[in-house]
Amino acid sequence: MSTQAYEITPKDKNFIGWHLAVAIIALAIGSLFGPLQAFEHAGWDLYKYLNPLIKSYYQGLTLHGVLNALVWTTFFITGFLTFTVIYGFKRPLKYPTLNLIGFLLMVVGLVLAAIPILLNEATVLFTFYPPMKANWAFYVGLTLVVVGSWVEGWGFFYTYAAWRKENPGVRTPFIAFGSIITMLLWQIATIGIAVDMLTMLIPWSLGLLPGVDPQLSRTYFWFTGHPLVYFWLLPAYISWYAMLPKQVGGKMFSDSLARFAFWLFLILSVPLGFHHQYVDPGVPPAWKFIHAMLTFSVFFPSMLTAFTVVASLEYGARQNGGKGMFGWMRALPWSNPSVAAQLLAGLLFFFGGIGGLANASYNVNLVLHNTAFVPGHFHLTVGTGVTLTFIGISYWLIPYLTGKKLWQPKWAVAQAWLWFVGMIIFSNSMHILGLLGAPRRTPLNLAPYIPAEWNSRLFQVGIGGAILFVSGAIYLTVVAATFWSKQPATEKVEVPVAEALQDPALGPAWLDRWTPWVVATLALIVLAYGPMLFDLIKNIALTSPGFRVW
Amino acid sequence: MSAQEKMHVDRYERNWMVASAILLVLFATAVSIAAFGMGIQVPAPEQRVDPRTVASDPNSPWSNPGIREVVAGEKYDVYILAKTWQYLPAEISIPAGASVTFYVTSMDVQHGFKIQDTNVNFQVVPGQVSKLTVKFTKAGTYNFICTEYCGAAHAAMAGKIVVSP
Repeated sequence: MSTQAYEITPKDKNFIGWHLAVAIIALAIGSLFGPLQAFEHAGWDLYKYLNPLIKSYYQGLTLHGVLNALVWTTFFITGFLTFTVIYGFKRPLKYPTLNLIGFLLMVVGLVLAAIPILLNEATVLFTFYPPMKANWAFYVGLTLVVVGSWVEGWGFFYTYAAWRKENPGVRTPFIAFGSIITMLLWQIATIGIAVDMLTMLIPWSLGLLPGVDPQLSRTYFWFTGHPLVYFWLLPAYISWYAMLPKQVGGKMFSDSLARFAFWLFLILSVPLGFHHQYVDPGVPPAWKFIHAMLTFSVFFPSMLTAFTVVASLEYGARQNGGKGMFGWMRALPWSNPSVAAQLLAGLLFFFGGIGGLANASYNVNLVLHNTAFVPGHFHLTVGTGVTLTFIGISYWLIPYLTGKKLWQPKWAVAQAWLWFVGMIIFSNSMHILGLLGAPRRTPLNLAPYIPAEWNSRLFQVGIGGAILFVSGAIYLTVVAATFWSKQPATEKVEVPVAEALQDPALGPAWLDRWTPWVVATLALIVLAYGPMLFDLIKNIALTSPGFRVW
Repeated sequence: MSAQEKMHVDRYERNWMVASAILLVLFATAVSIAAFGMGIQVPAPEQRVDPRTVASDPNSPWSNPGIREVVAGEKYDVYILAKTWQYLPAEISIPAGASVTFYVTSMDVQHGFKIQDTNVNFQVVPGQVSKLTVKFTKAGTYNFICTEYCGAAHAAMAGKIVVSP
């Protein structure tokens, strides 16, 4: 892989920058409500002071979930992947107008969905389980965001095809390869939610259907809901596999295994959605069990990732004089905020993965389903593994795009550590509360069943939230001060793309063939989902009218 | 690029992969033993109902929800209707040592049903009936709570089971 510098045009930088701008604004607003929920748990209800602007805890929770889990991630990812596609292929987008149309669709969709949420007409949380019924604009808006992201993905595919024509027989550059797989996974995964929206939720919200089938809708939702997690995760993995090693002065430990892991994620991340429905009444245990086994199997490429990433980091640290079995970790460049943020993200993600295994464990989930354990878990994964990695990426990407020097890197390092500490306190207490039986997404101070022994943990949830609030505020300050800084970068920002230890061209050819992998992906989905979906659709009962219950 | 090239895998990495695979097989085995050996099962499809009439249709057990004695002191069926934002009935008394099967459905939005300190925890989906059985061996009061967001007063949605010695 050639790592010679390639200069992205100012127009493309601008286009990527707009994605990041929307993403970071969404993160800013969404993250404002996270601590408010944590404070409520601790007994400090600030929501009452926000009335009538924000009507309830649940409206705030909807804003937090939609903006952080859906908007921040989707906009950051499409922006970052636009960068990795252009920089990876070292060519501009084939059809920039197509990508622009995709982005504009996403923005229009976002505005359309935001209006009913802000007017308290869509307080249905980011899972929007029917027959709770939001204003139609909420469903149409979210659908447009997804369609826009598809269109951007098609732009990447055309760019890949153009590159392939210009470079026959050349191994696909890793960061571009990972980006294309991420977008392909996304296109396949979102079929579930698209069918849900187009055949049930949108016609129902417009009054064209008398009701919905809640069990079928849940099944469509989780068809998309779990691979959504890998859509968040794979861009972070691109950075961990291929960019972070360069930032620590090392190389990519194994290019072939990294590609192999990405293929496994493509194949395995969709046909396991029933692990979110272990305690649903309408799905037979046999299917749940099959999906449980498939869920364990997707843990395998995660383990591969853990090894390759840590090995790459260790290689880099030893190049810089790191010694000892664990002592090499001190030789990593912790003073670089981009590195510190991603290392800390990866560390907490490891624990998130372990908790995920508990969630995935079929009958163990009887103890955990819809308890505080679940948000405790995903604040380690998407809330830290993904989000803190994206924050870390932005610490070099924003200076690269703007040509400005990062404002106060020391503050940025402190931001990463505060996120790490705040999340440990928050997440640990959430996990424990869940094991004790505390439900998720519930203002617990209003619940009549809270035993006194939970109080110390609830207090810790609030403390964690407060630290995370400070961390978020520092992040926004660093971003804003960098963006509006008058200080141009003293030296050019180098794009970190690591070389592989072994020439990628020497890897087996099947790592660069698409058809067998895509066929296997679709076949496994048909096998794992086909019979159950066929059964649910055959017996569809549109017997649930809509309810506005908030 | 040659199609004959084998994938290069470092020795440590190979060991790690083998260890990961063994670990996953162990986890899958543990879950399987719990499910099929110890019988800790998840809900299965029970029956489908019409949520619009389930509370009013005289033939529906949920038009008169409550406890049904199957074998006195040993076996009970409990029909619970979930609605915003309460369970009907909200209080149930049973003797210790009895095996109790819960049949829960919703007449409006989705709800949750979790009996604290037991393995009973499921989603309540309109149109479907959720069923699980539990044996209460220890006397005491067990709260059951709604674990799915169901609207404004979701946090208040709870009930209790009084297990008498």
